[in-house]
Amino acid sequence: MIEALNEALREEMERDERVIVLGEDVGVLGGIYRVTKGLLELFGPERVIDTPISEEGFVGASIGAALTGLRPVVEIMYADFLANCMNQIVNFASKIHYMTAGRLKVPIVVRAMVGHGRGHGGDHSQVPMTWFLNIPGLKIVSPATPKDAKGLLKSSIRDDAPVLFFEPYILYRVKGPVPEGEYTIPLGKADTKRKGDDITIVAISAMVPRALEAAEKLSQEGIEAEVIDPMTISPMDWDAIISSVKRTNRLVVVEYSPKSWGVGAEIAARVMEEAFDYLDAPVARVAAPDVPIPVSPALGKLTVPTAEDVIKAVKSIV
Amino acid sequence: MSHAKWIRVSDEKFVELGAGKLLSLYETMYRMRRFEEEIANLYRKGLVPSSAHVYIGQEAVGAGVCANLEKGDYVLTTHRGHAHNVAMGVPLNRLAAEILGKVDGLSRGRGGSMRVCDPEYGVLYACPIVGSNIPIAAGVGLALKRLRPGKVVACFFGDGASNIGDFHEGLNLASIWKAPVLYVCENNQYALSVSIKRSTSVENIADRGCAYNVPGYIVDGNDVVAVYEATRMILQEMRRGAGPAILECKTYRWLGHHVGDPGTAYRTKEEVEEWKAKCPIKRLKTKLLELGLASEDEIRQIEEKVEEEVKEAMDFAVKSPYPPEDELMLHIY
Repeated sequence: MIEALNEALREEMERDERVIVLGEDVGVLGGIYRVTKGLLELFGPERVIDTPISEEGFVGASIGAALTGLRPVVEIMYADFLANCMNQIVNFASKIHYMTAGRLKVPIVVRAMVGHGRGHGGDHSQVPMTWFLNIPGLKIVSPATPKDAKGLLKSSIRDDAPVLFFEPYILYRVKGPVPEGEYTIPLGKADTKRKGDDITIVAISAMVPRALEAAEKLSQEGIEAEVIDPMTISPMDWDAIISSVKRTNRLVVVEYSPKSWGVGAEIAARVMEEAFDYLDAPVARVAAPDVPIPVSPALGKLTVPTAEDVIKAVKSIV
Repeated sequence: MSHAKWIRVSDEKFVELGAGKLLSLYETMYRMRRFEEEIANLYRKGLVPSSAHVYIGQEAVGAGVCANLEKGDYVLTTHRGHAHNVAMGVPLNRLAAEILGKVDGLSRGRGGSMRVCDPEYGVLYACPIVGSNIPIAAGVGLALKRLRPGKVVACFFGDGASNIGDFHEGLNLASIWKAPVLYVCENNQYALSVSIKRSTSVENIADRGCAYNVPGYIVDGNDVVAVYEATRMILQEMRRGAGPAILECKTYRWLGHHVGDPGTAYRTKEEVEEWKAKCPIKRLKTKLLELGLASEDEIRQIEEKVEEEVKEAMDFAVKSPYPPEDELMLHIY
């Protein structure tokens, strides 16, 4: 996935010279996970900017640069550090377009590496999409395959809205086919990653491969699950979810943020509002427990849903 | 001791600038004052749906800085931003309508008092959260440097903003990027009710520039010619590639933090009166007459013209309707 993201950045920087990349260690080092590798050499220090450790500062500056005509792509090293620039994202990036009745636009992409996998503990492993999902005016995207990562990042850079782009750490080194040549994947459209008639599983971000693994195992037992990857979490492709649920009559939502007040809660509520009569069972939620993520591997592993958890949830309502 | 440099002007500078420039500065300040007085009146009548943080007493700062800005330059202002819009020539009728939340306002009434802006006139945005415009300005400067070399952004903020992290992160970024940002600190000495003496570790905000290698300058913020001249000198260098600077203007707001705050619980009557005696508008008028650069008559004519404009703007704003309810969901992603 790292290479796919790198290609997306390179291609968009070649296509549009207003695109700049900035963040901690994105230049000389090429990003701590090398997502921005080689960009400094190709595009120079005016467009690939190593910033100080100053998230509120450089996210604010990106907003200013965007208002003035550039299209900044900002890297936040760990999604947890979004807490350090919450003010600029929540009170400015998301508000300016609306509060000026559309006169101003803030075309920034804030890329953030998200989730567990390094054993770094509670303030370096969070999946904080839900912090921002309650903020109208932002788009929130998270890919689960290299192909999606590239196509979605390209679309995010071209979009005039501020986009938060969550890159799951645990999928960074996953390999997968990426189409040759130019392509984009539209924001706001879900992808049905597996067809099935017995139950709908909506899986978010790094939970997609786990949901697919669960679906394969369930298939051996005669349960055909449909797996939907929304890819864009806000605005959500409600049509895709609702129409699938109307066909399968059952729904499991899989996310890896804490369960309470989460994505699953919103999806369950929306499905109840729009497809209650089609449900043959209560909506089941699979999510992280409501605790900070501890470092010890024995405990840390309990905070991330597995394919087994998904299977269990499916079986509880089929 | 001050690290920042005081800039003072003598009477010769007034003569050198000449009647035309001085009268134009007078007109701008008078327009700012009268606009704000009328907004305060409308607020007291219950016609302003939000707070109204008026600028009365600080006019020399906005007028002196903005008179140095040219087409393609930008201003980033704050919650106390009406008068910066006035100084940049934003049409008063749409400005007033915006403050009243009306459909003919600059942002169709959505932004209100604390977000008045018009990029077409150079006012890029008004940031209603203290200090947040400081890093934003660094990015505006970064982009201007690349897209429109020679252009600058003036970022206004108050003394209170120098205590929030955004100030420090923003100044550092602007400095390492050599971004063409004029940071204008309007030191009116109170962050809402808290005196700078109780909240701030330095006497001069401009001194904080030295921590970021940003040159600091201080002026009498009630002397429009001093503000004008200091800005002119700083921008001359900045347009040629010098990096950011901080210009601290020592001034005072006559009213409270906003119109609804009498401002008396934390300031003495004597202190307020002392500053009212230093009124920047009266002060320029006295100088103009004293130096024989303008007559009472010329000044009166300017005032009458402005009175009319302000009255028309307020009438327009009051008569303008509120936006229709079906606009609520427009411009949302």
